[in-house]
Amino acid sequence: MSELKQTPLSAIHRQLGAKMVDFGGWDMPVNYGSQIEEHHVVRRDVGMFDVSHMLPLDVEGERAREFLTHLLANNVAKLKTPGRAIYSCMLNEVGGVIDDLIIYWRGDSRFRIVVNAGTADKDIEWMHKQAQPYSVKLMPRRDLAMIAIQGPNARSKVWEAMPGLQDVSETMAPFNAVEVGDMFVARTGYTGEDGFEIMLPAKAAAFFWQALLDAGVKPCGLGSRDTLRLEAGMNLYGQDMDETTSPLESGLAWTVDLNSEREFIGKAALQKSEITKQLAGLLLLGKGVLRAHQKVHTRHGEGEITSGTFSPTLARSIALARIPLGIAPGEEVAVEIRDRKMTAKVVKYPFVRNGKNLMAS
Amino acid sequence: MSIPADLKYTKTHEWVKVEADGTLTVGITQHAQDLLGDMVFIEPPAVGRVLGAGEECAVVESVKAASDVYAPVAGEVIAANSEVEGSPERINQDPYGAWMFRMKPSNAGDVDGLLDAGSYKAQIATEAH
Repeated sequence: MSELKQTPLSAIHRQLGAKMVDFGGWDMPVNYGSQIEEHHVVRRDVGMFDVSHMLPLDVEGERAREFLTHLLANNVAKLKTPGRAIYSCMLNEVGGVIDDLIIYWRGDSRFRIVVNAGTADKDIEWMHKQAQPYSVKLMPRRDLAMIAIQGPNARSKVWEAMPGLQDVSETMAPFNAVEVGDMFVARTGYTGEDGFEIMLPAKAAAFFWQALLDAGVKPCGLGSRDTLRLEAGMNLYGQDMDETTSPLESGLAWTVDLNSEREFIGKAALQKSEITKQLAGLLLLGKGVLRAHQKVHTRHGEGEITSGTFSPTLARSIALARIPLGIAPGEEVAVEIRDRKMTAKVVKYPFVRNGKNLMAS
Repeated sequence: MSIPADLKYTKTHEWVKVEADGTLTVGITQHAQDLLGDMVFIEPPAVGRVLGAGEECAVVESVKAASDVYAPVAGEVIAANSEVEGSPERINQDPYGAWMFRMKPSNAGDVDGLLDAGSYKAQIATEAH
């Protein structure tokens, strides 16, 4: 077995009593005791996650914007003010999803992209290949750590820990970022709550983490990060979509710009493709837990759960499932859970946003 | 890791308490709940069900995964713990108090074939490598 990759905080997680797991080759905390408590703390107060396994990539050069216009399915023309961010898929020629990412405009011809840990190597290879005609610089930033502070009290706790950040980030709208010296402070996240994702030099990560701990921010593991993002209806790469699935059948049509004249990788394939499936939310009506890869039976044929879990906020099981088109919210479907067929209701997701249960009718 | 000396154990991480009347109380070990994480759902066997030794008879589900629970020996289910069914987190809080079901073994002598605390501890140590 090869050595697990360490983040600048791996040793600190151990000291805090975290249960560590091999997360795609990274030594990461799955929880510090109870995953469900960590989930609730983010919905009700504030928690923080070490997400240093994700990779920031800086893209610079005169033709950087032109390159990204060609590379990404969402349109970087939407980045009109420095600091603005958008979520996008990066597609292959047949319209499959190589990765999903967030891209920030840093002003002039400078951009920062944050990609998933497990796809980072293939992303870099793909981007290098596509970047050649544009002669842009691609700089992986493994020298940076990344900490996500999330929850209704996230921003105020960050300002308490780092008073210098308040002035520059207090009026900043969601999906924007600001840079303060070496710190890159983005009002983004993966939980459905307000908060920041902060990139900073790896050598400063332990100090910042400790300042947040001292301010009362609870460390949370990747276990709760997954239940939070699923409640928030956010896709997970490798589960809800991958290179073999179309973004248009993965609940990501809103991120794919097919209306403008712009050409981008995968566009032609998507325009020719026939859409037969959709990503839908499922709510299990009985007891049990929906899990990825369980079969779903609908009146238009079979589908499959892509992500399933127990939702701590709803206290019942929820899932995302790829099912045939034409099945509408409110309809019932049957899910194969072990040897049994259980009834689930198709719903529009997200399930939870900003602490609010959206399934309560 | 708590492994009480007065209980018997299975290789599949159930604990078994032999009661004074010869019936058995069964739950899952501290090690098992630690591996699974926060429990969110349990499905104990139906009372009256006759089980073969090692038969899948119950399910515990955590946020992370579903896991089968196996009959430690052959016998008949005589009680299921509805309190734990309603509050699965009790298995995390008190694994040796939160029993799942009680059974009457077909042969009283079968429990002698189960692991004692020392052997169970040794088995966990082997699994860790």
